[in-house]
Amino acid sequence: MTIASAIYIGLAVLVLALAGWTTFARDDYAAIVGFVTYGLLLSLVWVSLSSHDIALTEAGIGGGVTGVLLLGAGARLRGARESTGVKLPGIAQRVSAAALCTSISVGLALAVLILPDPAPTLAPSAAASLAATEMGNPVSAVLLAYRALDTLLESAVLPLTLIGVWSLASDRFWGGRPGLQYRADREGVLVFLAQLLPPFGVLMGIHMVWIGTDHPGGKFQGGTILAAMWILTRMAGITDTPSISRRWLRIVLITGPAAFLAIGLAGFAMPGTFLAYPAGFAKPIILVIEAAMTPSIAAALALLLAGPPERKPNG
Amino acid sequence: MPYFLFSVCGFILMMVAVGLIRILRGPTNAERMMATQLFGTGGIAALLLLAAAVDVSAVVDVALVLALLAAFASVAFVKNASRETDDLEGGRSEARPRS
Amino acid sequence: MRFILDIFTVILVSAGAFFFLAGTVGLLRFPDTLTRLHALTKADNLGLGLVVIGLLPQTGGLYAAKLVGVWLLVLVASSAVSQLIGRAARRGMLQK
Repeated sequence: MTIASAIYIGLAVLVLALAGWTTFARDDYAAIVGFVTYGLLLSLVWVSLSSHDIALTEAGIGGGVTGVLLLGAGARLRGARESTGVKLPGIAQRVSAAALCTSISVGLALAVLILPDPAPTLAPSAAASLAATEMGNPVSAVLLAYRALDTLLESAVLPLTLIGVWSLASDRFWGGRPGLQYRADREGVLVFLAQLLPPFGVLMGIHMVWIGTDHPGGKFQGGTILAAMWILTRMAGITDTPSISRRWLRIVLITGPAAFLAIGLAGFAMPGTFLAYPAGFAKPIILVIEAAMTPSIAAALALLLAGPPERKPNG
Repeated sequence: MPYFLFSVCGFILMMVAVGLIRILRGPTNAERMMATQLFGTGGIAALLLLAAAVDVSAVVDVALVLALLAAFASVAFVKNASRETDDLEGGRSEARPRS
Repeated sequence: MRFILDIFTVILVSAGAFFFLAGTVGLLRFPDTLTRLHALTKADNLGLGLVVIGLLPQTGGLYAAKLVGVWLLVLVASSAVSQLIGRAARRGMLQK
């Protein structure tokens, strides 16, 4: 057994052990810490499988963003549980949930393992058509050239989800600011960090979007980094969430999907079908789509984490 | 050389695993906050060694993103660890029931 | 020349691994949250720095600059974050 396979086996065991610990953790906070660590560890696993795009997304979403989401949910639940006396699920319910999850995992593992070796794959044909799209990254080619329709539909899902989250606001707070206002010591370490990291994070995010066509990266990874940096400044109390009735906010959210849709409809005019790119212009158009989508994704993710409006617009 | 780099990568991952066991068992939440710190350094070291061993350059981007997000997650953990309300303002305290 | 660079890499990466070991031993053996935090942050960061410097001869140009950039970012971020964790830990201890 080579060292490399020993490392991979060790990683697999560590991931499983951490997942098991997270599932059986007693405390909400401990479980969330375990889950975020699990996400960061999983990005290592993706790197060892040579899936760098997924590794970037896993580090961003599974590592940072989901942790904040769960922590916020945990904070709200703490207050609710104390006051409403909600009942926790009984032992039968938990055992059947565990059985269901385990059978799904085992089923997926079997489905992958019983594939013939080498497994049937479209990768060679995807790579062969890369030259026509002038891109170097096959993952971005699949997302934005071969299956651009899926990506268009996914880009429309984010604003819709946001509307769903906003609809949870109580009537008197509609149009107000989401979430709470954080406060921190103006001279303190957190504010220092929140002033130092975001410029670098913004640079990193834009870099991810720019190189996404040729190297691992892309608009989603870049947007996630931008959203995380903005949330960092919010946690330090430097910035505050805008009230959701602001027009500029809504324009930013809609611009990305609208631009994507417009380019798709323009495909009728030029080469003749929806979302077709004129030959030779594929890469610039894809870059335009990615550049337009990135602020929308970043804003949508950040606002999804902020939650429904809980304060009056000017409060 | 790749053999050596792989070995050190595996060694550091083992150190991270052992540290993780100790941290996650820790009696207080303050202990567990350190988990992402451990990953921010150990995991990134393992990634960089892996990148040098298999000679792939895109992994450094993953390491950068991991560094940023690990710091971000740690800040989120610290901010949300306490039940104190002195860090929050704006019309609701932590223990208010949802209306 | 190649050989000297390889020796350089082996020595520094091994030193980095040693510091990771020291950090983990400190994590396991120190009695207190704050001392464990100290072991984790200082020793692991030093280990990462040595590993980065050790890997520099194996790569070139932009990649090497990115490696140093990763280390500087981790240094700044983990110094600040360890301060925050330390403050939270002390606040937790004072509450008991």
